[in-house]
Amino acid sequence: MKLYDGGKIIVGLLVFIGIATFPFYYNIGRVNTKPEPKTDTPVIKEWEKQYGKKECVESKEFMRAEHMQLLNNWRDSVVRDMNRQYVSMASGKLFDMSLQNSCLHCHSNKKQFCDQCHNYMAVKPYCFDCHIQPIEKEETKS
Amino acid sequence: MLEKAFEGGKKYWSWMIFLGALAAVGVYYYIQQFQYGLGLTGMHRDVSWGLYIGQFTFLVGVAASAVMLVIPYYLHDFKKFSKIVILGEFLAISAVTMCILFIFADMGQPMRIMNVILHPSPNSVMFWDSVVLSGYLAINLLVGWVTLSADRKGVPPPTWIKFFIYLSIPWAISIHTVTAFLYSGLPARHFWLSAVMAARFLASAFSAGPALLIILALIVRKISSFDPGKEAIQAVGKIVAYAMFTNVFLLGLEFFTAFYSGIPGHASSFKYLYVGLEGHAELVPLMWVSTVLAVISLAMLVFPATRKNEGSLAFACVALFISLWIDKGFGLIIGGFVPNPFEEVHTYWPTMPESLITLGVWAIGFLILSMLYKIAISVRERTAGIEIDH
Amino acid sequence: MSMDRRQFLKIAGISSILGFGASVASATHTIWEKGLEPPQVEPNKDALNGKRWAMVIDMSKFKTEEDIKKVASACHQTHNVPDFRNPDGTVDKKYEIKWIWEEPYERTFPGAENKFMSEHIKDMPFIVLCNHCDNPPCVRVCPTKATFKLSNGITMQDMHRCIGCRFCMAACPYGSRSFNWIDPRKAINPVTENKAYPTRTKGVVEKCTFCTERLQAGKIPACVEAAPKGAMFFGDIEDQNSEVRKIVTSQLTIRRKPELGTGPAVYYLIGGSDHA
Repeated sequence: MKLYDGGKIIVGLLVFIGIATFPFYYNIGRVNTKPEPKTDTPVIKEWEKQYGKKECVESKEFMRAEHMQLLNNWRDSVVRDMNRQYVSMASGKLFDMSLQNSCLHCHSNKKQFCDQCHNYMAVKPYCFDCHIQPIEKEETKS
Repeated sequence: MLEKAFEGGKKYWSWMIFLGALAAVGVYYYIQQFQYGLGLTGMHRDVSWGLYIGQFTFLVGVAASAVMLVIPYYLHDFKKFSKIVILGEFLAISAVTMCILFIFADMGQPMRIMNVILHPSPNSVMFWDSVVLSGYLAINLLVGWVTLSADRKGVPPPTWIKFFIYLSIPWAISIHTVTAFLYSGLPARHFWLSAVMAARFLASAFSAGPALLIILALIVRKISSFDPGKEAIQAVGKIVAYAMFTNVFLLGLEFFTAFYSGIPGHASSFKYLYVGLEGHAELVPLMWVSTVLAVISLAMLVFPATRKNEGSLAFACVALFISLWIDKGFGLIIGGFVPNPFEEVHTYWPTMPESLITLGVWAIGFLILSMLYKIAISVRERTAGIEIDH
Repeated sequence: MSMDRRQFLKIAGISSILGFGASVASATHTIWEKGLEPPQVEPNKDALNGKRWAMVIDMSKFKTEEDIKKVASACHQTHNVPDFRNPDGTVDKKYEIKWIWEEPYERTFPGAENKFMSEHIKDMPFIVLCNHCDNPPCVRVCPTKATFKLSNGITMQDMHRCIGCRFCMAACPYGSRSFNWIDPRKAINPVTENKAYPTRTKGVVEKCTFCTERLQAGKIPACVEAAPKGAMFFGDIEDQNSEVRKIVTSQLTIRRKPELGTGPAVYYLIGGSDHA
């Protein structure tokens, strides 16, 4: 069987492979550290003192997988249904459904918490275009 | 068939590269706008719709005008339109695409466009506008492609396409009626709150669209061996004449109601546009150019001598297109916002980036039009002389 | 089974479309997931509830220009409304955003003035804001329900959902709505901003929300709180015992552009009152 236009085809295939594998060979040797979100903000330390343990609105495993959906549900509940009080499934405690005033109240270290995983996953949530980030003080200890 | 769009001589490619360059400039400025915000345009709190929405409104009309060829040919067996119908359908595709691009260019958060589909709002005319425009684009793509493919093979098109062809007739009327409803249902804007708005929109659509089609048909005849037919062009010319007369008449009706009733809310926008209001007369010269061109073109279209001569017919169509472009693509929108709900006059003029984005979208539209026409011409040139029974 | 190339391509095409569609549907299924379940939400006992929130404004109780300015700045400060200024200090009309502000009589009630009125009367100040209409044209035209009616009568704005089409701005007969033509954070002071409330981003429409976030915390709207005693009343007009109901039934109040059928919920008291 004769390969018509073989030259063009082979060259085209090589160009395609070069472009398709670009992300892999471009990052050879790059150190991409595992995300290590830190939860040692002053507010969380206070909570730990008061309740004996660190606890979030829900468990760590739940939040890691579902905080995006949780925030979406909070948004609709607050804006569209006028309900702001959330009952935690893990602890039964009441929380104000607010990214700025609840989540970021404890997690005031966006660079060492939120950004850790978001940067690793190359995710850019645009929540912070509107929701004001806490001003971060320099954390000296980790 | 698509490959025909990529087979062309030097003139074709120079034209496409020229359009591509304009489109690239438009895209560049759109990226600026996307990053900076719509503040890059001349719009502001009191005139919150401007050139983009005006162009969208005008182009929906041009898109709807394909129906003026479909009705005589498919509904009334007017065989003389056999060659020109495809030009109308392809013009519709290009025009609707431009409409969609202008909507995108005008949106503050274009990434959220899915919200219109995820949260359908049947109470909103804009929701229905997105439905009917998408549908019209799909119908024209389907009908244009299937009928042209059939022509190329020298066979009649499949019978099922007839359903879509007939559907396109009320659908074309609907796209422009719904677009008119965007304006005519708003209690806030007395300039637009008129029952004849939809009728005016349809009349101006059926004059501007076919006028453009005549110009395009004459160009097609000049640059290729595909001749849509002298009689077909004359018939379209008559359609344009009647539609333009209706358009001018309906505008006159608006003037009467506004000024004879004496209600300030109805008349003040007309005053701003045509004589100036509270010292602001920015749009007055433009509106009078539109009026003069409308009268000249109507006269030339009504008198058989000037209509039958293709040179003067072309001139009349160009004048008419420019006149309606000013009236509907600019004056209508700005007039609705001036004076504002507080009866203050705050004016609007597009900025340079805004104008270049607009030009870029027109270039993209003409790129699509040129590609589609190239395909149609190539097919027709090969099947010239073969009459197919539809 | 033998098939020709055309059939093969048709089957391959349809399968890939179906497969792609199914994968998209499964990846995005969270969009159609239900919201919060009832046990996860507990209404705040402190929240102010009403069947139909309304406002009465008595301009005669505003004695100085300062009184009026305090009302607008209380709202704008609470809600991080940007303050765009020209280099000479005047308001930059191009990007201006305002939720509540002052307009003279002839602009608040256009057409109600007559040629014999003194300039003094034509210039009498009135506070204007979103009227939270019963029959709002803005809600009718919104293609995404980003602006919608709450069950308590408030015309609410969901800045998350707004696509920035500005149809609502064209539809509002009162000019109550503002659009973020550029990033509003360019005109918000990060030192004085209210950290408990978000800003907006470019490309969305915003307006007065009758302070829903404050109502949910048991507080009255910021403007009413900042107004002089007896100048602004806020209450449930369906409640026979509310102040607003009592005023509207017993005294002459007017609303803006009533002939349009919008049913505004902001009433302007004529003739002053003793309600305090």
